Amino acid sequence: MLSRTADHLYWMARYTERAENTARMLDVAVQTSMLPQSQADAESGWRAMLGISELEEAFEAKYDVLDARNVLEFMISDTDNSSSIVSCLTGARENARAVRGVLTTEVWETHNATWIEMQRRVNKVALDADPSDFFEWVKYRSHLSRGVTVGTMLTDEAMYFLRLGTFLERADNTARILDIKYHAAKQSGLHDTLSQRDFYYWAALLRSVSGFEIYRKVYRDAITPARVAELLMLRADMPRSLLACMEQVVANLKSVRNDVSVDTERMAGKIHAELQFARIDDILEAGLDDTLGNFMENLFELGNRISRDFLVPLAA
Amino acid sequence: MANFFDEMMAGGTGAVRDHYREFDDWLKRQSAERIARKRAEADLTFRRVGITFAVYGDDAGTERLIPFDTIPRIIPAHEWAALEAGLVQRVKALNMFVHDIYHDQNIIKAGIIPAQQIYQNAQYRPEMQGINVASDIYAHIAGVDIVRAGKGEFYVLEDNLRVPSGVSYMLEDRKMMMRLFPELFARHRIAPVEHYPDMLLENLRSVAPTGVNDPTVVVMTPGMYNSAYFEHAFLAQQMGVELVEGKDLFVNANNVYMRTIRGPQRVDVIYRRIDDDFLDPLAFRSDSTLGVPGLLSVYRAGRVTLANAIGTGVADDKSIYPFVPDMIRFYLSEQPLLNNVPTWQCRKPEDLAYTLAHLSELVVKEVHGAGGYGMLIGPASSKQQIDDFRQRLIARPDGYIAQPTLALSACPTYVENGIAPRHIDLRPFVLSGKTISMVPGGLTRVALEEGSLVVNSSQGGGTKDTWILEE
Repeated sequence: MLSRTADHLYWMARYTERAENTARMLDVAVQTSMLPQSQADAESGWRAMLGISELEEAFEAKYDVLDARNVLEFMISDTDNSSSIVSCLTGARENARAVRGVLTTEVWETHNATWIEMQRRVNKVALDADPSDFFEWVKYRSHLSRGVTVGTMLTDEAMYFLRLGTFLERADNTARILDIKYHAAKQSGLHDTLSQRDFYYWAALLRSVSGFEIYRKVYRDAITPARVAELLMLRADMPRSLLACMEQVVANLKSVRNDVSVDTERMAGKIHAELQFARIDDILEAGLDDTLGNFMENLFELGNRISRDFLVPLAA
Repeated sequence: MANFFDEMMAGGTGAVRDHYREFDDWLKRQSAERIARKRAEADLTFRRVGITFAVYGDDAGTERLIPFDTIPRIIPAHEWAALEAGLVQRVKALNMFVHDIYHDQNIIKAGIIPAQQIYQNAQYRPEMQGINVASDIYAHIAGVDIVRAGKGEFYVLEDNLRVPSGVSYMLEDRKMMMRLFPELFARHRIAPVEHYPDMLLENLRSVAPTGVNDPTVVVMTPGMYNSAYFEHAFLAQQMGVELVEGKDLFVNANNVYMRTIRGPQRVDVIYRRIDDDFLDPLAFRSDSTLGVPGLLSVYRAGRVTLANAIGTGVADDKSIYPFVPDMIRFYLSEQPLLNNVPTWQCRKPEDLAYTLAHLSELVVKEVHGAGGYGMLIGPASSKQQIDDFRQRLIARPDGYIAQPTLALSACPTYVENGIAPRHIDLRPFVLSGKTISMVPGGLTRVALEEGSLVVNSSQGGGTKDTWILEE
């Protein structure tokens, strides 16, 4: 397979996953903003939203007021923002178009149809009325594109690079969500039962990664920040946890192994092992920020190595 | 332009021609709603599948559908057999001509074609002089444009020997017709075309460099913003080969390699959908970012096959076109089976004089033009347009040829107010390798505007499924 082809597949999957995660985060932010809160709290909520994707500066350069309307516009439809949902879905479709011959007809048509439908849906009127409906749609299309990929594509290199892109991106996104929310919620004790306000806060976080019901099922107990962190980091059976994502990254890297990729595999294996054998209490004691910070740095480095070993190296 | 040949209705009596009778019978029994629904379905499917093309000059990234018409163009088998024989003969002679030009130039020595016609041709590539290509084949894929004039006689309008496109529409149109109206295929014996990609791959493999047993074939595209990108991707996928861009290839130790996730892999045959000028920045246009530095040197060493060969354009130029019947006589000692359109070569003073005196009746074309750009259709032009063109013609007579305005045949087509005849042409795709082969039929293009003779998709033309009906 051409390196450029693998590169397009990898980025197609990353953009699709990123669009979904952005929709998830925005949906939760919209839900949270409906809780009774002060003007300042509301503003810091939206600021945190931008912080997840490190977009505060880009936002402030363009908008005067930090409010729901502006953040939503910036994160949904602003094509100047390369992380907006529209930019991500367009990026996914452009990458798919470049390698449409490698995709099954169904996969290509799914991405193309998403892109066509997106243009119809993204207009101010529809979004002002019901942004949640749009976020549901984005999530649904992402589910569909993953399903049609697994359901129709040959399990070959094309699939492995798609999966690599998906899980690297998902790991990164889960880590970011947890990191930001954790910063914001640091005030309350890690093992304490939550105050009412904090309860909604952590419940929203769980919902953003489809983890609320899973939490109930796994712990059958009150929500504590420590358990939320454990669920999202260390549970191998939680599909959006860091450990589950890294398991997939390791497996798919192994499937595409080439002459120069041994160190990249080793690095992925090490990140995976650290999560696999970690205990949440130790992580919290050492500081969750540090652990997540390290994880995100390592993941970034891993992405660069994958590009260098297999794909079109990122411009320096 | 009233005296055109109607493909479906016989002239005079207005009776339906034999080979359209079954279809006509079927059509009469279809409700307007069903047809409208099916046409909408076709449109939606083409858009969702992304069978689009980019129009140059539009906003970047704009993609348009090529309108698809659901009334097929039907050709009876005996007419096709005659066309096929003529196409084989013509393409065979054209390949021999290109080989001759880049070797002994016997046709020039024999005084049949003036040397200056070759050397002044921008498509003549001195780099190819004396170079041997696999099986002496230059135009591996030819898209010969054929039209039908007033009494139904066929003419060759152009021999496209460089990078002819449109074959994907031929295949997609067939797929669409079978999806929309499967019952029609049960009622007719329609020759299949779906094996074209297999024939193409076989043909490309047959012209691999000598000594290569299991050649690696690739399709080379200028990239996803090229107007025919859909077709490049389509053909690569259908053949099961890689679709490469220039930046995916590199030259090392007299071989061409592609960059893969497992390291470099040697490439033996490149079906390139990119013009000569952009192939190799070291040899041709140095500003080309689409090509592969050093490709020409590997090619000249016979270590890689390019399809089509470099320099084939010398044979499909409009100034060479008038000589094709002579080539057939010269190389094959046969009489041409297909007609050439009578052509006035404006470089000749007497032809120029005739052309200038009859501008309002003639079609005048740029010698190097393509895509329906830069031409004058006398009968359809205003006095102002004709006068403007006259100045350009006088300023540079050797840049133009003139032909009578052919009354192109017409085929019933869906238009705004029902069904009306629209002018059509036909582009069969002729493959040359160890043998010359083609699938029955080709791409039928239709000029959707009333009275228009320009069928090019870049000028608002549409397409139709083309049926060769076994008798």
